[in-house]
Amino acid sequence: MIELTRRYRFPAAHVLRSPALSDAENQLAYGKCANPAGHGHDYGLEVTVGGRLDERSGALIPLERLDALVRELVVDRLSHRLLNEDSWFAAAVPTAENITLAVWRALGPAVAAESRAHLVRVRLVETRRNSFECGEAS
Amino acid sequence: MIRLTRAIDFSASLRYGRAELSEAQNRALFGRAASQHGHNYRLEVTLRGEPDPVTGMVVDLKDLKALLEREIAGRFDHRDLNRDTPYFEKSPPTPENFARVIFELLRAALGELLHGVRLRQDEDLWVDVVAEPARL
Repeated sequence: MIELTRRYRFPAAHVLRSPALSDAENQLAYGKCANPAGHGHDYGLEVTVGGRLDERSGALIPLERLDALVRELVVDRLSHRLLNEDSWFAAAVPTAENITLAVWRALGPAVAAESRAHLVRVRLVETRRNSFECGEAS
Repeated sequence: MIRLTRAIDFSASLRYGRAELSEAQNRALFGRAASQHGHNYRLEVTLRGEPDPVTGMVVDLKDLKALLEREIAGRFDHRDLNRDTPYFEKSPPTPENFARVIFELLRAALGELLHGVRLRQDEDLWVDVVAEPARL
């Protein structure tokens, strides 16, 4: 089994508040992350692809292609933004879990459509202490 | 079953190219990587096994260190991957190919003890090669 992982970064802001919950319930669920003024993180995003090596190029996927896909579909979209305003989070609180899922859903089909590689997993590093993964069932 | 990982750092130069292609064709295919450049690689080698009942160790780390010095640093550290090694005549030293070469060299030296390798080309790019079937 061979996998290649590339790490990207984007700073973004979010507010963790669910419209389904009262102020008190939001405070209980999200604590300081419910601050209505917002807060932010330098997100790290580790994108892992697998598949068979192309013998001509010696690569799973051209790195420029992977970089362009992640830039177009994720980094340009989320970098320096308030995530709550993005349509990905119109009906979902932009927790790190939901960001990870949204990135997985956006990148998976794009990688499969544009290369012979497939997306194995994405890992979102929200802080040095917290990271979140979503991937193929293994 | 226990897994343990030991890391080794080394530096090498390389360029991407295929012998049957012209300079211009290689540049079109591989871009800037067609020029000679270098990386500070970090290799993480993961072994698997049961601890010896007497020593409590899966492997003696000083033996593993010596093996990695011989098999990896001895072959690749401060060398040119294209000119000084025989592994990249047919396919360029991409991190994928390089990780695969290292995995095969270490599997020949370590056999079933080898679980996998992670080759880090820089902070933001790494390749994992894991023995199949992957076992915990």
